[in-house]
Amino acid sequence: MSAVEVRAATRRFGSFVAVDAVDLTVEAGEVVGVLGANGAGKTTLMRLILGLLPVSAGTVRLFGSPPSRETRRRIGYVPQGLGLYRDLTAEENLAFAAAAFGVVAQAPPPGVGEATVGHLPLGLQRQVAFAAALQHSPELLVLDEPTSGVAPLTRARLWDRIREQAAAGTAVLVTTHYMDEARQADRLVLMSRGRVVARGSEAEVVGAARAVVVRGGDWAQAFSALEAAGLAASLVGRDVRVPGAGLDAVRRALAAAGVAAAVETAPATLEEAMLLAARGEGP
Amino acid sequence: MTWGVEALGVSFGRSVALDGVTLEVPAGQVTAVVGGDGAGKTTLLRVLAGLVLPTRGSARVPERERMGYLPARAGGFRDLTVAENLEFVASVCRLANVGARAGGLLERTGLAPFRERLARDLSGGMRQKLGVIMALLPEPALLILDEPTTGIDPVSRADLWRLIALAAARGAGVVVSSAYLDEAERASWVLVLHEGRPLLAGPPARVVSSLLGSVVEVDAPTDRRRAWRRGPRWREWRPGGDPDGIAPALEDVVIVAALAAAERGTP
Repeated sequence: MSAVEVRAATRRFGSFVAVDAVDLTVEAGEVVGVLGANGAGKTTLMRLILGLLPVSAGTVRLFGSPPSRETRRRIGYVPQGLGLYRDLTAEENLAFAAAAFGVVAQAPPPGVGEATVGHLPLGLQRQVAFAAALQHSPELLVLDEPTSGVAPLTRARLWDRIREQAAAGTAVLVTTHYMDEARQADRLVLMSRGRVVARGSEAEVVGAARAVVVRGGDWAQAFSALEAAGLAASLVGRDVRVPGAGLDAVRRALAAAGVAAAVETAPATLEEAMLLAARGEGP
Repeated sequence: MTWGVEALGVSFGRSVALDGVTLEVPAGQVTAVVGGDGAGKTTLLRVLAGLVLPTRGSARVPERERMGYLPARAGGFRDLTVAENLEFVASVCRLANVGARAGGLLERTGLAPFRERLARDLSGGMRQKLGVIMALLPEPALLILDEPTTGIDPVSRADLWRLIALAAARGAGVVVSSAYLDEAERASWVLVLHEGRPLLAGPPARVVSSLLGSVVEVDAPTDRRRAWRRGPRWREWRPGGDPDGIAPALEDVVIVAALAAAERGTP
């Protein structure tokens, strides 16, 4: 029995289809990352899974049952805004969350002291939010950009914690639009315009998507020439990349502006694949 | 022309916000300042913007009229429309004939259909794009952007980075702060701050090659304190080097530098 089993789930708001025939499963012990731009449908999908919204069509099953207050007790949820009371201390927040779930409160993470949560550094706030979500030993953990805004080592330590939970059999569903975070998942699901457009490993999600790379010469001239030609270029160090463009189109744009540079294609990055998907040109 | 700070220290009372920070922001290049919450990024950018005075060391910046500064989570006056915000900048900076250029920037970043919308009613990404356009409209010699992409979705983030590259291509020195290392790789120079001190600095590729020892990928680390997760596997730092070392990512190198600093007992 999967922790999450979404089958052909659709959610409409009036004539707008926010989630369109989406299939998604998350098994115990697995970390699944959901990627997508704003409006891709990630948030609506999460709300369907958490039982905050009913589906218009299709099914959502959690531990084999439809979402309910009973399934909610088996879920730990950390929203992007952390869901903590900023004017309570860490200990008070943990006591409050524990009372809501009818469990014994855990000790707060070291270093939080007596300060109200709003006065703690962001890394510690995130640790407190994790602790609050884990107190009732959830079988499914739903995390919305769990490590946004913290230093790399702090992010690594938060991920140690998430991975410990997965190793102990918790199913983990993470939504993010940061690549540093997406790479921590076992499996990725890329959404665009309400649909799942790619799934699998990072390489599988990128698939055949490619970018044209302009290297050498004066990047500023190359960048300006490409922008003038209406190609959406991006600067990476001193290279200019144009995801999804044709080699010839790039060569023509550079030649028209008299820019000499080496031009080649390369596999798209995960971020570029996501951009292409959002533009409807992706995988 | 190169802007920047040298041997900069900033203290607020007894609290040391920055210590021993040197950064060059050359014209026509993008320089990234990376660090987590509390690393000192905002203080450094506020020194460059002339809003905080150095306690020690010095800052070299253009006169105020030639500087564009976008604080974190800013993005236009909330009660003005997109068009009014741009007119405001044009009038305050006495810019003539910027209508076409402003229009072009709105077109490129997908804001053109929202000219008459109040800034308060824009999405976070759109407001941030408006803020950057306002900051670069006067063609500043130094453009200072504090976490312009934090919390912004990837499509708007790509538009923001196009604006940033555009400003540099037109000759501005651009300094951008971020909490994300995948963003730092876009810059030609990156400064990683950690608790107010420089942890690493250089072109991203050179920072990556400056790794002390090796990083290996293993299923079970020998020393958990020197290990971190990458998906289901672990990465582990071997300070003495290891023949099985992998090609590390910038993020790995920053984690190693933070571990090494912690082991030395100095942040």
